Amino acid sequence: MTRPTPESLAHRVTPATVAAAVNPASTTVAPVATTGAGALVRSLEALGVEVAFGIPGGAILPAYDPLFDSKVRHILVRHEQGAGHAATGYAQATGKVGVCIATSGPGATNLVTPIADAYMDSVPIVAITGQVGRPYIGTDAFQEADIQGITLPITKHNFLVQNAEELPRILAEAFHLAATGRPGPVLVDIPKDVLQSQTTFQWPPALDLPGYRPTLHPHGKQIREAARLIAAAKRPVLYVGGGVHKAGATDGLRKLAELTGIPVVTTLMGIGAFPDSHPQHLGMPGMHGTVPAVYAMQKADLLVTLGARFDDRVTGKLDSFAPDAKIVHADIDPAEIGKNRHADVPIVGDARHVIDELIAAVSSTAGGTDQYPAWWSTLNDIRERYPLGYEEPTDGTLAPQYVIERLGEIVGPDAIYCAGVGQHQMWASQFIKYEKPGTWLNSGGAGTMGYAVPAAMGAKVAQPGTTVWAIDGDGCFQMTNQELATCALEGIPIKVAVINNGNLGMVRQWQTLFYDGRYSNTELGTHKHRIPDFVKLAEALGCVGLRCESKDDVDKVIKQAMEINDAPVVIDFTVGKDAMVWPMVAAGTSNDEIMFARDVRPTFDEDDL
Amino acid sequence: MTNKHTLSVLVENKPGVLARVSGLFSRRSFNIDSLAVGETENPDVSRITIVVDAESSPLEQVTKQLNKLVNVLKIVELDPAQSVQRELLLVKVRADRAQRSQVLETVELFRARVIDVAPDTLTIEATGNPDKLDALLRDLEPYGIKEMVQSGLVAIGRGSRSITTGPALRAA
Repeated sequence: MTRPTPESLAHRVTPATVAAAVNPASTTVAPVATTGAGALVRSLEALGVEVAFGIPGGAILPAYDPLFDSKVRHILVRHEQGAGHAATGYAQATGKVGVCIATSGPGATNLVTPIADAYMDSVPIVAITGQVGRPYIGTDAFQEADIQGITLPITKHNFLVQNAEELPRILAEAFHLAATGRPGPVLVDIPKDVLQSQTTFQWPPALDLPGYRPTLHPHGKQIREAARLIAAAKRPVLYVGGGVHKAGATDGLRKLAELTGIPVVTTLMGIGAFPDSHPQHLGMPGMHGTVPAVYAMQKADLLVTLGARFDDRVTGKLDSFAPDAKIVHADIDPAEIGKNRHADVPIVGDARHVIDELIAAVSSTAGGTDQYPAWWSTLNDIRERYPLGYEEPTDGTLAPQYVIERLGEIVGPDAIYCAGVGQHQMWASQFIKYEKPGTWLNSGGAGTMGYAVPAAMGAKVAQPGTTVWAIDGDGCFQMTNQELATCALEGIPIKVAVINNGNLGMVRQWQTLFYDGRYSNTELGTHKHRIPDFVKLAEALGCVGLRCESKDDVDKVIKQAMEINDAPVVIDFTVGKDAMVWPMVAAGTSNDEIMFARDVRPTFDEDDL
Repeated sequence: MTNKHTLSVLVENKPGVLARVSGLFSRRSFNIDSLAVGETENPDVSRITIVVDAESSPLEQVTKQLNKLVNVLKIVELDPAQSVQRELLLVKVRADRAQRSQVLETVELFRARVIDVAPDTLTIEATGNPDKLDALLRDLEPYGIKEMVQSGLVAIGRGSRSITTGPALRAA
């Protein structure tokens, strides 16, 4: 045990704060004799874990015996990657920690992609992996992999458990680390002989994290400075990211926005934090953002950045991004502040506290929407001239954007939408109207194809009363559709819209634009050969399979899917392959060079500036 | 032009912590000039001294990213003017009978020590700041350096204040 310095002890988290952060129902358990495996399962129960997604195997096998009798529901997935993304979907739909379990070696390495994905999007998950017995570690034993070493760069923290006595403490620490501060994935690797050994379990354990002390409350001086800049700004923008979701700060954000009258943009991870229908919402910024959102940031004299991180997909070429803007940057992770763009006012803190304190600080000077009449008149003009839209395909094929737009309109803003990665993801971010937090799940930072189906499964388990749609591409869908078997057998009736254009659509779009139409290895054959036939595939996996090939059938098929609630449904929407995602800022170019459509550059009056 | 900074990092003395620290540097493309690690007066705490070559802004990133590691307790930058900085050098120099007295003179001059003697070589131990050791090596070079090994730099602040009671390096 570490004896921390008095200084670090001052910030130490007590078991009571853990209980509050991780699970309000945390219980007290008097010492009881059990095995390491028993201590693991009892710890999960004490931490309030309801569901875990996983697959057993040799090294983790001892844990599955007490799990058999536990109140923790274990969902047997078909591939460990599915377990990881399901844990992520579960966490994103609830804000609770998602749990996935795998065995050593290949079981653990199959979790690497979802762990990296959760790391990039700051999702709280705990991955529990079996490891070969301690005497075998380092001997290249059967199914041995150094998963702690492998996941070092993609976890918030990870543990290799050395003995059964420390299991409850390490699990409590893992959940605490995953859920607090900037959330993220934590891996706990447990050797098989530790699971088998005898120990005494008691709860709650005392956490021992002397070096971990996230800053939740912002510095008053910085808040006052931010308020001063807001009062002085002529062209401010609220630049909102996923941190606002994670902090549960969406109500406060709306209050702040309406109080100040400042236009709002929400990043890919921030979608849903501010209602799309709100008149102050300009849409998403970045590579496929709206023209008004991109324009507003480029011309802004102040960006009030809340839980966003100046990602390259948002900024475009960094040195020409928002050239006239002063930057207020609030984030719970100090390392994000000043990483890509210098912050004039750095604010370290949880978005909820930051927003609440900003509201208090600006309330005396704020003047609502009337405060920036010139700015709003420019933005409204741009908004009118460059709305999101698409052209009907000239070859008579079904427009993918139309499918997604109708899906959003028919299904409505109460459902959870979960996208894969590529064109369909961007269209789903553009053409569905999100009104509530936690209704848009996707793989933003990592861009993990194959995320949608297992993440939708996790979200549906978390919110069984909510309709959950996976919007997937034909490329993505072929990476993880095996989890539909899990959904069918476990009673998890998700709905999947496969936007099937027969190609790796986003890659094809880049080949069209930047490689002279040389379509190297992007044709998947799902149109030409109908291999696989997604309807038959769905049926083989225990789902209802539907197909839609014409505009006239779109509404009917969506409604048909909405009526099936006792089984997962897959719709194969056969759509045209030439549709492209617009607007677009080509990678590495300046946001000033945004294209509204192919060969169409928006024109901005000099007076606008 | 160099832009060297000496960071003293207090970490929990646990397996794998050095890998976390060094991995962070390579992963984020930060350059380490030297690294030394050892236990402190508290056996549960280790101290890593890292010399980084960085412009000021990447240095801030290094510090912030290091601070995020759960096992890192405290980071302090040691100003060369306010601290004592030392490296250890062991060097095997060609020195036959004719040259030996000249080499010994250099050893004397630098307050180094001879730790092993062979008919045609002398092995010398020296401690000092990097500039002094560089100067010593320059003087020994003409005789022929057969082998040398150098430790990472270790450093400690001057005065009575200790690293545990002083302020941490914390940019925000």
